[in-house]
Amino acid sequence: MRHLISPLDLSVEELDYILCLGQEILKFPENFSHICEGKKLATLFYEPSTRTRLSFEAAMLNLGGKVLGFSSADSSSAAKGESVADTIRVISSYADICAMRHPKEGAPTVASMYSEIPVINAGDGGHNHPTQTLTDLLTIKTLMGRLDNITIGMCGDLKFGRTVHSLINAMVRYSNVRFVLISPQELKIPDYLRKEVLEQKNIEYIETNQLEQNMPNLDILYMTRVQRERFFNEEDYIRLKDSFLLDANKMKYAKKDMYVLHPLPRVNEISTEVDSDPRAVYFKQAKYGVYVRMALIMTLLGLDSEKLFFR
Amino acid sequence: MLNIGVLNEGIVIDHIQAGGAMKIYKYLNLENLDCSVAIIKNARSNKMGKKDIIKIEGPFDIDLNVLGVLDHKITINIIKNNEIVEKKDLSLPERVTNIIRCKNPRCITSIEQELPHTFKLTDRKNHIYRCIYCESKFRGK
Repeated sequence: MRHLISPLDLSVEELDYILCLGQEILKFPENFSHICEGKKLATLFYEPSTRTRLSFEAAMLNLGGKVLGFSSADSSSAAKGESVADTIRVISSYADICAMRHPKEGAPTVASMYSEIPVINAGDGGHNHPTQTLTDLLTIKTLMGRLDNITIGMCGDLKFGRTVHSLINAMVRYSNVRFVLISPQELKIPDYLRKEVLEQKNIEYIETNQLEQNMPNLDILYMTRVQRERFFNEEDYIRLKDSFLLDANKMKYAKKDMYVLHPLPRVNEISTEVDSDPRAVYFKQAKYGVYVRMALIMTLLGLDSEKLFFR
Repeated sequence: MLNIGVLNEGIVIDHIQAGGAMKIYKYLNLENLDCSVAIIKNARSNKMGKKDIIKIEGPFDIDLNVLGVLDHKITINIIKNNEIVEKKDLSLPERVTNIIRCKNPRCITSIEQELPHTFKLTDRKNHIYRCIYCESKFRGK
């Protein structure tokens, strides 16, 4: 039995397989609409998240399966003090697969150690969010037709933004990928990522606080929100939240075939005037998130037609 | 120089970073041993300037490799019949449980007290261990 806890749990081949399956579903969704009939997905959400939870539920419903679960710790037995290990042991007899979001880092790892069903990490604090990474990769692969030979700009909160960390970790496995890391001084990428990933693997990168002047070089611009919930100090949050804003004027400097991605939710870091620009693909990205989750659920349940991995 | 009696049989844990002896004493649960234990603090050392030493009398069986996690410079001498019969270099275990604790306040171990604190070795060269749950780093001395 396989789980998905970190994006790096998947080899490049396994990742490519899931992305190809995602693209297949994208083209012929009707071919997959009954594949999970009789299967149940449990969504164990210890902290609120509309998008990720609904995306998982939509994915399972699209596959003909059913969903059950809870959407906050208050409405679960966690409020009574039940441990993650006990919860998952019980849920294992209610569902065939589960997606877990938890505010504490490593909670899905604990679940995977005691679970009898595949566990998908749907976000654990500021740590990992592998299905967002799969979503980002499917978006880039589908729109650009490749995951190598890309200059990817990442902008905003690069310190606490787990989607950024996961995407960097996933993208460095492809050849000739360059990073332009755009953030205020206080929100630069963590040291371990710079030293243990980028420098150790000799990846080309620059760190800058200039969005505008770097725009013409980018194939992808990955925007992020400065997240209130990752700060211990409200003052720091208020000071940094509006650091980098993308508007129509800045988009003028971008290539005609550059794409703007954002894991959403957006607050004000992308002006709504950008939404009508064909290069703004963040809503399309959310749609791809459903397809890639469908591919993931299928492969983890061993229901993919090829049964290439995970068996 | 302070003199501590020569061991006939036992173990000398040498080259402990000065000030670290009590921590080692605690980790090895030496207070539960029914034998002579000498703790020498701030002994002169050519190599380290100052060091701590622990001498334990008699045969005893314990996994000393966990000491490598805490302080990889430590050396172990096994004494029999007044002579050093073995000098042990500490190898770093791949995984350690409940030796070091995860200090990340965002880690699941911070709210679930029953969970074992397990770390795995991720970088042997730089002696880096990471929490298996949140991947927070622990570096031994």
